[in-house]
Amino acid sequence: MNFLFRMAWRDSRRSRQRLLLFMSAIVLGISALVGLNSFGDNLARSIDAQARELLGADLVLSYAKAIPKPTEDYLKKIGKNRTYEVSFASMTLFPRTGGVRLAQVKGLDGPFPYYGEWEVQPRSAVEQFRQAAARNERVALVDDALLIQFGAKPGDSVRLGTQLYFIAGRVLKTPGQSAVTTSVAPTVFVAAKSLPETGLLQRGSRIQHRYYYQFAKGQDVADFVKANEARFDKVGINQDTVESRKQQTGRSFADLTRFLNLVAFVALLLGCVGVASAVHLYVKEKVASVAVLRTLGASGRQAFLIFLIQTALMGLVGAIVGALAGSLVQLLLPRVFAGFLPVTVETAISWSAVAQGVGVGLLVAVLFAMLPLLTIRNVSPLRTLRASYEDDTAGRDPFRWAVYGLIVLFVMAFSYWQTRDWKVAVGFTGGLLAAFGILTGLGLLLINGVRRFFPRHWSFVWRQSLASLYRPNNQTVILITSIGLGAFLIATLTLTQNLLLDRVAFSGGEGGSGRPNMVLFDIQNEQKAGVRALVDRYKLPVVQAVPVVTMRLASINGRSVEAIQADTSAKIPEWALTREYRVTYRDSLIDSEKLTAGTVQANAGNMPAITVEKDYLSRMKLKLGDTLTFNVQGAPMATVVSGTREVDWNRVQTNFLIVFPNGVLEQAPQFQVLMTRVSNTEQSAAFQRELVSGFPNVSAIDLGLILRTVDEILQKVSFVIQFMALFSILTGLLVLASSVIISRYQRMQESVLLRTLGASRRQILWIQAIEYLMLGVLAALSGVILALGATWGLAYFVFETPFRPDLLPLLAVLAVVTVLTVLIGLFNSRAVLVRPPLEVLRAEA
Amino acid sequence: MSILRVENLTKTYSSGSGPLTVLHNVSFEIQAGDTFSIVGPSGSGKTTLLGLCAGLDRATSGSVYLNGIRLDNLSEDERAAVRNQHVGFIFQNFQLLPTLTALENVMVPMELQGARNVEKTALDLLDRVGLAKRSHHYPTQLSGGEQQRVSLARAFANRPKILFADEPTGNLDTDTGDTVEALLFDLNREAGTTLVLVTHDLELAQRTGRILKMRGGAVVDQLVNERMSD
Repeated sequence: MNFLFRMAWRDSRRSRQRLLLFMSAIVLGISALVGLNSFGDNLARSIDAQARELLGADLVLSYAKAIPKPTEDYLKKIGKNRTYEVSFASMTLFPRTGGVRLAQVKGLDGPFPYYGEWEVQPRSAVEQFRQAAARNERVALVDDALLIQFGAKPGDSVRLGTQLYFIAGRVLKTPGQSAVTTSVAPTVFVAAKSLPETGLLQRGSRIQHRYYYQFAKGQDVADFVKANEARFDKVGINQDTVESRKQQTGRSFADLTRFLNLVAFVALLLGCVGVASAVHLYVKEKVASVAVLRTLGASGRQAFLIFLIQTALMGLVGAIVGALAGSLVQLLLPRVFAGFLPVTVETAISWSAVAQGVGVGLLVAVLFAMLPLLTIRNVSPLRTLRASYEDDTAGRDPFRWAVYGLIVLFVMAFSYWQTRDWKVAVGFTGGLLAAFGILTGLGLLLINGVRRFFPRHWSFVWRQSLASLYRPNNQTVILITSIGLGAFLIATLTLTQNLLLDRVAFSGGEGGSGRPNMVLFDIQNEQKAGVRALVDRYKLPVVQAVPVVTMRLASINGRSVEAIQADTSAKIPEWALTREYRVTYRDSLIDSEKLTAGTVQANAGNMPAITVEKDYLSRMKLKLGDTLTFNVQGAPMATVVSGTREVDWNRVQTNFLIVFPNGVLEQAPQFQVLMTRVSNTEQSAAFQRELVSGFPNVSAIDLGLILRTVDEILQKVSFVIQFMALFSILTGLLVLASSVIISRYQRMQESVLLRTLGASRRQILWIQAIEYLMLGVLAALSGVILALGATWGLAYFVFETPFRPDLLPLLAVLAVVTVLTVLIGLFNSRAVLVRPPLEVLRAEA
Repeated sequence: MSILRVENLTKTYSSGSGPLTVLHNVSFEIQAGDTFSIVGPSGSGKTTLLGLCAGLDRATSGSVYLNGIRLDNLSEDERAAVRNQHVGFIFQNFQLLPTLTALENVMVPMELQGARNVEKTALDLLDRVGLAKRSHHYPTQLSGGEQQRVSLARAFANRPKILFADEPTGNLDTDTGDTVEALLFDLNREAGTTLVLVTHDLELAQRTGRILKMRGGAVVDQLVNERMSD
């Protein structure tokens, strides 16, 4: 064994730089993995350390439906300190700039947060807000995103309902909140006591009540929750403790980092394909030495082990360098994830992530290097006697298949380890194999295509460049695979982002001129005529006006909801039993619905006949003819399920799980939802301004707002994923650089011969440039074609939306990848151009 | 005592245009300590014969007994062990490992046998071929003659019973060739090794005790060198 290590060491002395270069291909993949895992570890630690700041309190109790008076009183006695919060969605108007949009309004009564700080500008605004709240003055703190959107600033005022509030400060961060949550629901904080005057706390508004508690030191929150859990659950009060928030936040970030780990793993695998290709060339050069060793009496196994040890050691070095680089990369990650982080992440080296990265890197590099190394076992000693010995390294080798199997198993095991889901692991491995397979196929197709349809009449320079795509030791397939996969990732991300935005746009504005793109809800009965008149005055069409009645489920087939909840074998989802149902009534279907079973009828026997959404029926384990009894704001109402509907939810319009017939709910307390279509953003803004002035409790949501919100979230998400995909692209370019350097000697020999025969430097430069241009264009094109296919699949099967790819970003991917390929290729080939022919010939001699 | 016995050796390669027999029914025997040369024009099958005798390849039919061991029944790894124990090689193109120094090249056969502390022996051998001072040079830093002298030192390192030399002076100029040739015969004599030489240099062949003439894959003549036998 000692001899093997000694030989591996001695033999590597003159090739160490090159071996390291092979292994540099895995550095980026490892650094991405280690960076993410270190970041994940640090984040988990930070969440642990700042757990109380995530919640801002020791315990939070929340409820959305009315609770019994004794319970309400009890809530006001819990803990040492408490803050009450009432929140709902409402239109906000900034009078100075005229900006208007739906936002979250939170009325606070108490000194929340108890742990952590508000980040507010100016800092004094928090104190000003608290003092004003105690005096019941109308002072607001407004989320930064909302102020920026409308060009408003502290000192301005914001109108909520009928009242104007003075904006004391801009809120940059509240405990446990990330930038993404603020993008989705920007908030206006006011004093809870000031809200009744706004007229917004009316019937029909979806109001959420929340109590933040601080417990006395030494009081066990878990014990308290345990003792009260049953009581709270019974009346629909949710409990959120520091521990539960910590677990929930930790879990979602663990999921995110695991998913991104898979993206990093793709970069690592790409690097490994590069390693395999480089080692393949290395082994080709070493065949003569192996033959000598075999002649001198070394066994096939010994020869194989000598080179395996070499590559494993270099893999180890590559993995260690990658792990160290990863520890630096993690310093960047808090910035990359800035929009998502609810806590401040303290960065430190995570030794477990480093060890894991080194282990994975070493293992995967050795596995991939093993493929070319296996041929060493079959090198015949007869090569020492005959230069033109028949190829003994090309035969079928069952071990090769074993290594392929091991690689697939490893990829699957790794993805399972990351996702803990076999389906995802198998899907990821299958997808990766398909992507690799298709790109390799495209590479081979190119080689055969060029060979078969070789343009014999083209100029020498072009012919020489094209021939190099299929000459012995060419790197065409490996470069198309690695650079193509990077381009595929980037292009797919861009296309998917646009696809999602298109889908939102299609569901409203572009889905046909008759479709609504603005929804007005919470219109009270007495406001119906006024809102209608306003809509008419703006000459807006009323696409739909829908009455909505809220109710809760009381029993199914005579069995009470409580009894079903207690029955663990019932398997009916909790949300379906406890939610507030918003139902409408009509005698016909609308164009987004299709009857799939039963009939739409008024009555069944002496009970009203309802139709339910198809999937709802199966989730509730119902069948046609079953009885559902609802509690319609105090009054019980028994109904019979007479039909099921298939509903297209992807529209800006109201859709319902449950539809009542006409003639039943007309007298029940209700509000109206009205859908209309605005022609442009100016009209939308002007209409909303007038709406909020005349009907402050009515909310409007338009397609522009949805698009803007989706876009903001997607931009934040895609930045993170693009950052990770960058590792794949860079790995592809590194593989390119290393393969150019590895094959440089061969290129140099060719170029020197050409120059000896009279080729000019310019011609040599062109030959190389055209070759890299072809490689770059084809690699990027392969990636883009694959991305188009993948995104079409997503559009057709997942999002069920027409796919109209935006060509501009694709052209940008194509151009950038190609230019980079040519530049890196030429930069690494410069030695061929600058060295005089004689020097090379002498070196060869 | 017979060190190498070849019986009805035939080697056939399959080629695109059908089977190609490059060696027909070759038989001969060499006694321990003999010097023996195989001569013939290019393509006569002499290198193929050398490869089969040394266990580098397997014959299509016939047998090779090396030091009493029948090679044609052994696997490649088993033949490698036989080579390491009993055989030394010298090649026309030296075949030094380019990534190892001269000293390390000489050490390899001994280290493959599992021997330890072999540096001194390797240095002595390099000293014997006049290269002690260049022991830490890599092959590319040595001239052709020097490389072949390192190769000679390596060939004798594992104290082989039989030494196969394939055109040992074929890549060297006359003066250097003469020096290497003299060294080869001197070392061989000192070690008492059997020498099997493949060459088309008849002058070199004349220095061996027996000459096997080949043409078209068959033995056309076997001569005993009268001068040597005297």
